[in-house]
Amino acid sequence: MYPEQFEYQRPSSVSEAIGLLTANPDAKIIAGGHSLLPAMKMRLAAPAALVDIARIPELKGISASGDGATIGAGATYRELMDDAALAAAYPVVAETCDKVGDPAVRSRGTLGGSLAHVDPAADLTAVMLALGASVTATGPNGARTIGIDDLFVGLLTTTLEPDEIITSISLPASSAGTKQAYEKHSHPASGYAVAGVAVALQVDGTTCTSARIGVTGAPEYAMRATAAEDALVGKELTAETIAAAAEKATEGLGELNGDVYASAEYRAHLVKVLTRRALTRAAL
Amino acid sequence: MSATASAPVTAISMTVNGKEHSAEVEPRTLLVHFLRDALGLTGTHIGCDTSSCGACVVHLDGDPVKSCTVLAVQADGASITTIEGLAGEDGSLHPVQEGFWEKHGLQCGYCTPGMIMTGAALLERNPHPTEEQIRHELEGNLCRCTGYQNIVRAIQFAAEQSS
Repeated sequence: MYPEQFEYQRPSSVSEAIGLLTANPDAKIIAGGHSLLPAMKMRLAAPAALVDIARIPELKGISASGDGATIGAGATYRELMDDAALAAAYPVVAETCDKVGDPAVRSRGTLGGSLAHVDPAADLTAVMLALGASVTATGPNGARTIGIDDLFVGLLTTTLEPDEIITSISLPASSAGTKQAYEKHSHPASGYAVAGVAVALQVDGTTCTSARIGVTGAPEYAMRATAAEDALVGKELTAETIAAAAEKATEGLGELNGDVYASAEYRAHLVKVLTRRALTRAAL
Repeated sequence: MSATASAPVTAISMTVNGKEHSAEVEPRTLLVHFLRDALGLTGTHIGCDTSSCGACVVHLDGDPVKSCTVLAVQADGASITTIEGLAGEDGSLHPVQEGFWEKHGLQCGYCTPGMIMTGAALLERNPHPTEEQIRHELEGNLCRCTGYQNIVRAIQFAAEQSS
């Protein structure tokens, strides 16, 4: 299988890339290409041009500490897994990357690509929700910051403009060193998340002072399980309070996805179980 | 994939198994087609063509990639290693190839190039993986003969060679 014809452009800077996107509304950005190329080979997408941003130096690099992290949007899953400082402050990122696809996919796929594409079965979308990330997006009118809670708005849909590029992702100091975990039920053939739950908890002693829970796979797009979060804050973290919160994990997620492998009802069950497991592993 | 008069072409060059190659390709040319059709390196196999089976795994600047899901233009300037480039110049087998020989790691052989390239990349990163780690790293490589036991043993054999 091969895609329809397209023009290939490889700009050397973000501003040059934005110029190419602005000049050609039918152009698409490609980074790792592991969502876009399969779609193009299946002829589900046929962009007139591809703007390859994978080698733009501004999009590379990871700097992380207990005071926060800034991750170039072009960081691959492998690069995220290999960064020791990132793993120390935000271990759930490397843990999750190791559950994305397979080693060959992890060589190519990028964090920025995952967040911009917002596949309903992506993994890092839920993790970035749990960690309270924000993205910097640059377009013809300059750069702006978008909180992760305001980025995903629908199936494969974000609040990014067509000629905006995510250039970096920031993780706040408040989620560094929190109790974190990601639990996933993988589709046995594709490896995508049938359901996945990421949690990040702040605790004072054994009392939960802040909770963020991101859910992927089951809802139309990655969302926070705010009812479960609310059920945890101010509580002692015990098997009982965790189980009670997990029961609320599907509240507010809207109509859940269902397909031949997993019905919406089954996915709802998975979300509750995975929330309980993630909270338990993170906190107890 | 016949080029039409208006088909755009892009000039690329890459090092494949230590040898420099330059060509003009349609941007839509997949790396696996470039390797097989333009360079005649047919050891890299096309299995599923949907980045699921891993028969087409090659190393791109040292990292394992599925060459059915990389455009040749994306590999411009890169260093590629295929199964043909794994053995030494004197014909001495790579330890993973040796392992597949010693442990009967193949049945029909179709998945074997991808399995070996994934196994070799694993040992580059982690010279002494556990059995569980080997199985995890092979998740993107399918053997339809289901000969996984001996494939794992083959990689374990290779790991034992570098103690």
